Amino acid sequence: MENIYLTIVLAPLLGSIVAGFFGGRIGRAGAHWVTILGVGLSCLLSLYVLKGFVDGSLPVFDGAVYTWMVSGGIQFEIGFLVDQLTALMMAVVTFVSLMVHIYTIGYMADDEHNWPKGSLAGKNSYQRFFSYISLFTFSMLMLVMSNNFLQLFFGWEAVGLVSYLLIGFWSVRETAIFANLKAFLVNRVGDFGFILGIAAVAMYFHSLDYREVFALAPQLANVQIQVWGDTSWSLMTTIGVLLFIGAMGKSAQVPLHVWLPDSMEGPTPISALIHAATMVTAGIFMVARMSPLYELSETALSFIMVIGATTAFFMGLIGLVQNDIKRVVAYSTLSQLGYMITALGASAYAAGIFHLMTHAFFKALLFLAAGSVIIAMHHDQDIRNMGGLRKYLPITWITFLLGSLALIGFPGFSGFFSKDAIIEAVHLSQVGGSGYASILLTLGVFVTALYSFRLYFLVFHGQERMDEHTRHHLHETPAVVWVPLVLLAIPSVFIGWLSVEAVLFGDWFKGVILVAPHHDVLAQMGAGYHGQAGFVLHGMLALPFWLAMGGLALAWYIYMVNPAIAAYLMVRFGTLYRILDGKYGFDQMNMALFAGGSRGLGKLFWKTGDQQLIDGTLINGSAQGVGWIAERLRTIQTGYLYHYAIAMILGLVVLLTVFVTF
Amino acid sequence: MQSAIPVLSLSIWLPIIGGLFVLASGDKVPGISRWTALGFSILTFLISLLLWTGFESDTAQMQFVEHATWIPGINAWYYLGVDGISMPLIVLTTFITILVVIAGWEVIQYKPSQYLAAFLMMEGVMIGVFSALDAVLFYVFWEAMLIPMFIIIGVWGGPNRVYATIKFFLYTFFGSVFMLVALIYMYFKSGSYSILDFQQLPLSLTEQVWIFLAFLAAFAVKVPMWPVHTWLPDAHVEAPTGGSVILAAIMLKIGGYGFLRFSLPITPDASATLDWLIIAMSLIAVVYIGFVALVQQDMKKLIAYSSIAHMGFVTLGFFIVFAIFNRPEAVGGAVLGMAGGMVQMVSHGFISAAMFLCVGVLYDRLHSREISTYGGVIHTMPVFGALMVFFAMANAGLPGTSGFVGEFMVILASFQADFWYAFLAATTLILGAAYTLWMVKRVVYGPVTSDQVAGLRDANGRELLVLGTLAVAVVALGVWPEPLVEVMDASIQHLAQHIAVSKLAAAPAAVAALP
Repeated sequence: MENIYLTIVLAPLLGSIVAGFFGGRIGRAGAHWVTILGVGLSCLLSLYVLKGFVDGSLPVFDGAVYTWMVSGGIQFEIGFLVDQLTALMMAVVTFVSLMVHIYTIGYMADDEHNWPKGSLAGKNSYQRFFSYISLFTFSMLMLVMSNNFLQLFFGWEAVGLVSYLLIGFWSVRETAIFANLKAFLVNRVGDFGFILGIAAVAMYFHSLDYREVFALAPQLANVQIQVWGDTSWSLMTTIGVLLFIGAMGKSAQVPLHVWLPDSMEGPTPISALIHAATMVTAGIFMVARMSPLYELSETALSFIMVIGATTAFFMGLIGLVQNDIKRVVAYSTLSQLGYMITALGASAYAAGIFHLMTHAFFKALLFLAAGSVIIAMHHDQDIRNMGGLRKYLPITWITFLLGSLALIGFPGFSGFFSKDAIIEAVHLSQVGGSGYASILLTLGVFVTALYSFRLYFLVFHGQERMDEHTRHHLHETPAVVWVPLVLLAIPSVFIGWLSVEAVLFGDWFKGVILVAPHHDVLAQMGAGYHGQAGFVLHGMLALPFWLAMGGLALAWYIYMVNPAIAAYLMVRFGTLYRILDGKYGFDQMNMALFAGGSRGLGKLFWKTGDQQLIDGTLINGSAQGVGWIAERLRTIQTGYLYHYAIAMILGLVVLLTVFVTF
Repeated sequence: MQSAIPVLSLSIWLPIIGGLFVLASGDKVPGISRWTALGFSILTFLISLLLWTGFESDTAQMQFVEHATWIPGINAWYYLGVDGISMPLIVLTTFITILVVIAGWEVIQYKPSQYLAAFLMMEGVMIGVFSALDAVLFYVFWEAMLIPMFIIIGVWGGPNRVYATIKFFLYTFFGSVFMLVALIYMYFKSGSYSILDFQQLPLSLTEQVWIFLAFLAAFAVKVPMWPVHTWLPDAHVEAPTGGSVILAAIMLKIGGYGFLRFSLPITPDASATLDWLIIAMSLIAVVYIGFVALVQQDMKKLIAYSSIAHMGFVTLGFFIVFAIFNRPEAVGGAVLGMAGGMVQMVSHGFISAAMFLCVGVLYDRLHSREISTYGGVIHTMPVFGALMVFFAMANAGLPGTSGFVGEFMVILASFQADFWYAFLAATTLILGAAYTLWMVKRVVYGPVTSDQVAGLRDANGRELLVLGTLAVAVVALGVWPEPLVEVMDASIQHLAQHIAVSKLAAAPAAVAALP
């Protein structure tokens, strides 16, 4: 079995290496074939593994591949843990990745136009892109299949690296290379907390192996650690919060969310793969994986819940005022990640992971469909220039509609099951902050429907606002682009119905995700669960459904029936609009406070500390001091014999006096 | 353990003799001196590999020992030997020297034979420092090291080289005279110049503190630690590329090595008493210097400051051990911290060498080290650009590269000493990435900014060979550090046990025995 798991991980890496190092030699087709074969193999084997877990024929695998190092009594291993949670993640990651690989053939076909004439970096950019997305798949698989914190951190940072390379892929654009640096640094802020969390685990558990750490966790539940003087923190809360800071970076939670909207500077396929379906879900996966630790700290759970709910609602609001098609979807991603995080805070880990899965499909679909629109619009991303596209892009239109319905949680669609479960679970939760979270998540449903269908109506319906030239060239995108859309639309619609029972209320995660009995809100919900149809009916009677319909209707009214009202609202609620348009000022604050502040501090330390104090005063100062003394002393060296004779006699007298008196 | 063939003597004297040959070959036909230098450096590397292959990693005993009469009058011996701490550093030295010889191949046009000879002699002397077990011998090598570097910077350096060389020489010489006094004092106490005898010598706390401070003056300047670091940026900026590489990759390590060989084992109680000082200096190096690096406009200065910050991790890893000893719940952190410092030294040897070589590649083309001269290099030098991004990532401590391993170990260990040590040390994750990648953004990425950049030619085969070799080393150590950690382990465990035992219990009797 180990060989299969190794193949799953290494096939994309191999593809990436071949396409990256020999891209010039194997050409475009060679590059996309080798990477697609690698990821395709990975995907097939992952589905095989998933099937093995579904029918119970595969046991949980936990084994080391090699010993990274042994030091200080800790065995640092590289190894795999494959259980139901991993199998699910592997299938989602490799499937979405495969779709993105195929789609990229179409999307990046004309990439040479994005590079300045004569740029050597643009020569094999197509091959390089495939190399990167395959490398990303490898990194993500390393992350989800790890059986220890070291490898988790490796994958964690490696996806950050690939994200950096891909956001800045068009490295000639200033905005792109600003965005990728920003993304990397903000992620590093999260990793700063994450590595401290790992250090805490290493110190108190003497191991980085999941199995050993989880086994020991209950014994350490009440340990307090001294932090400053007499202040002490609960060990589990400290570890939980520190690790979660890492998750806030990767999964873009307030206030570390700022990198995600900017990451839209990268080519659209990676927005789908990295910034919607997989990398950003690393944080959610990590918290679910660490459930045996998080269950021991209610404080950490509360923290998670409040952060998640804040992100879910307030980031969704920003989506209402965006005009770039990708940015609307990006803010929707932030908001949906907030939902998943909130679910984790409510100890409904399964619901968080379930939403992660459904969201991966429909969000990848929405991004790729948006990319299809962007191709058709000749890389114009402004929705104010679109409208009425359904006539020209029928497949994109239908798939986008299906994705949107899944996103707003229309009954029966995949997103309905996962989102309803989260809202219900948070409603039942007793953890501190659940009241706040419950209200925000419920209102968030309305916001989600409003921005989703604002986007949908503005793009696919109404007046055709593009210029004549663009309209003339509008046509459905090629098959490599729309086939992945269709393949993603299928799970976006059905996966919820098919898997809700097993994942949420069945024993899929039994023994994998640990929930303390008094936190187990999903079990309470499970008591009232009677099949999918019942779930749907129950959902249609509840408030969130009507809020979603309200949002949809309002979007229809504003953007289809009475477009003037949008402009009126913008003026009427000018302050609110400006706050949302300014994204609550996070970017300005970060630029002024952190970027500007660091540079100021650096200048201060350099000019005042190094140059004036150390070099000016101490070093050159002491050199000058020596010079000054020498300058004075040389006047004594007169060269006259009688001066020296006098000095000798005086000295003799002084010495004699000293000897006589003492 | 006496060895059959004198591997250490060969490693020391072969390059020095080679240097004389190169010097004698002159500059009429530069090819001769180049190929001779390359031949000797490769031969030395191969011989030093014998140290690795013949090394017994399950003992902390000195190996490949050579013991011969040298100056009987003062009881100074020609006494050589290596353990798991010095052996990797010797192999690192011979490895980097080959790359430096290749890197200077066509670049150095002015008196190339003397340039290459200086590096070969430098190599022998540095290996001498790492393998000397007699304090006089150590001191001779230690001071001899200054001469070739002084010449390298002074002759092949930049416009402000005179200021830089004087500063470099006085700074380091100032530190080492105190060390000499300490060594002589211990000779009078023990009647021996053997460093291993010094390690067993009982000393009172007052004596230890003075000796510790004397060593600190020598080693802190070499590392360099804040606040005696300001010679380094100047020396780097003026030094030719090869000089910067040797300086950063090897010479700085001698300071770190000194702490492990002298300060910690000879004065363990003073180290325990004054560990707060070293920890504070190390953390300032990580944080303060990180900010300073951020605002540098000169690439070499930026990398020089980054070196200081990375070396802060080394000294931090070495001196958190006492705080860890005081915490019963912390197990194994002492070894982890010291091993982390060692790994960081080796890794920094690769990465800083590579970073300076990258700047050298650009400097050779446009004769500017200013960040603002460049921009969009990736469009004209895609292969070089990719390598530079890779090394930048390694410098920022990306897992999978060697830069991560040492930092990771030290952060884990410093958490066991004190949460806030780890907190401050971990800021390097943000600061290191910020200053390195911001430079990369301005130099490598973006649109082509000038006609000069537009006319750049990608790295040639010689440059790719050097950088590619280093890239392989960086990845290998990052993916599998166990071979390196394993050879060091016994020596470091032995050191940790040694310094855990106070010397003070035995000291009063020794004091009474003095006349």
